[in-house]
Amino acid sequence: MEVVRLRVNGDDRACGVPAHYTLLETLRYGLGLTGSKQGCDKGDCGACTVIVDGRAVLSCITPVWEAEGKDVRTVEGLASGTETHPVQDEFDLNGAAQCGFCTPGILCSSVALLDRNPSPTREEIRTALAGNLCRCTGYAKIYDAVEAAAARLGE
Amino acid sequence: MLRLPPFQYHRPRTIEEAVSLLHEHGPDAMPIAGGTDLMPNMKHRLFTPAHVVSLNGIDAMRGIEVATDRGTTGGGSASSGSPASGDGPSAHALRIGALETLADISANPLVRRHFTGLATAAGLVAGPQLRNMGTIGGNVCLDTRCTYYNQTVFWRGALGYCLKKDGEVCHVTKVGKKCVAAHSADTPPNLIALGATFTLAGPTGTREIAASDFFITDGIWNTRRASDEILTEIRIPLMGPVSNGQRGGPDDDRLGPGAGGLQRRSAYRKLRQRNSIDFPLLSVAVVGDFGQDGSMAGLTGVVSALGARPRVLAGWDEIAAGERLRPHVIEALADRARAQCRPLDNIIVDAEWRRAMVPVQVRRALEELAGG
Repeated sequence: MEVVRLRVNGDDRACGVPAHYTLLETLRYGLGLTGSKQGCDKGDCGACTVIVDGRAVLSCITPVWEAEGKDVRTVEGLASGTETHPVQDEFDLNGAAQCGFCTPGILCSSVALLDRNPSPTREEIRTALAGNLCRCTGYAKIYDAVEAAAARLGE
Repeated sequence: MLRLPPFQYHRPRTIEEAVSLLHEHGPDAMPIAGGTDLMPNMKHRLFTPAHVVSLNGIDAMRGIEVATDRGTTGGGSASSGSPASGDGPSAHALRIGALETLADISANPLVRRHFTGLATAAGLVAGPQLRNMGTIGGNVCLDTRCTYYNQTVFWRGALGYCLKKDGEVCHVTKVGKKCVAAHSADTPPNLIALGATFTLAGPTGTREIAASDFFITDGIWNTRRASDEILTEIRIPLMGPVSNGQRGGPDDDRLGPGAGGLQRRSAYRKLRQRNSIDFPLLSVAVVGDFGQDGSMAGLTGVVSALGARPRVLAGWDEIAAGERLRPHVIEALADRARAQCRPLDNIIVDAEWRRAMVPVQVRRALEELAGG
């Protein structure tokens, strides 16, 4: 075991992990942050997506040491206190989540997009979410939710 | 759940330090940058290095900028003759540090302006998260892929393993001792067509190798990079200085139109099952040098995702020389391409269909080039 120091959702955290742990394993099994999902666990599906230094990345294939000294944001860190993030709220209002397994990753990809590009076109939303697989929804309501969140954030 | 095998993680700060770690641990060590290829492969037990050497702390391997070429690379390969060549020691090249991510490359204004095909290719690699992580150096050094190889150890074991890893039989060809796993990276066909060179740092110093010489037809290890070498940077020749006879500085906006008023244009086409995430079933990179009247001084086509090495199409210059990209010329070029490409069943999609798509994708790439 070695100690890894991470800044997760604004908190400085230290955690003992085996040297070969991924960021996802550290978040889930070291820090108890089980919002990020272990889907394919090999970089295909996007369920493990988190935001590192402002960019959406796949935590299941990120060696945990590569996250040291960086700002890690997971689905647990999107809301401020009891206030949900507008993207979360719009996912709810638009019925953009069904089984919910892909949702944390899609929320992270969406927030990373809106932080960089506050008023994306439908096509830009589709491109930004092209690395997140959803087997339930057919995506249309997800895009609607991101569009609605962008509109609300722009008000 | 797919666990990584145990390893020790090293984080050197310099190229020398990284090379020395790789050299010291020999075959027990592998370099990692974005990790998007190595990590899944390690989870599949295709590689189980005891030492993983991270290159991400090496700042010297970053940056995208116009550099004065060292005068060794000449021009790109689109024109075999002199017109498109950079002229001598003052020719310029775009230097891309190997750690630059595919996302940054696809968005970079210099890359987009001068190398449309490369920018397109970088933007079509996998999905957005993987482009945020994956580097161009890693894309160039991507391991070859095959239906029978990129599987879990459980899956591979059920079939008795394969020639490339742990077994002795090739399930694609059924005979022979040659691995036919496919080169599956998107950027190299473009880099080859653009006449790029790669810098490799190793225990005895650095060396440069032309992108066109970097790949070999061995699916097990398809590059000339030794296991203790690191690809540190890529240089792509920029077309010779300005058209009005005055030489511009490296940041001169007029860089791009070549000597004699030639304009270099490039395009890339990628065939895959989904429009995201997937590796190519077939890829086509084209680079042409056009005169002001639209006639071609040179044309290079590279087709990949078929075998272990990207294929530079033969016989295109004689069809293209002096011609414009009119429909009958495009048809002749596409026919010539099809005759040279024979996909194998190394990818799950039917090989005959992929072969039938060769002239289709070549035609579309050339139409893009004509329209540009």
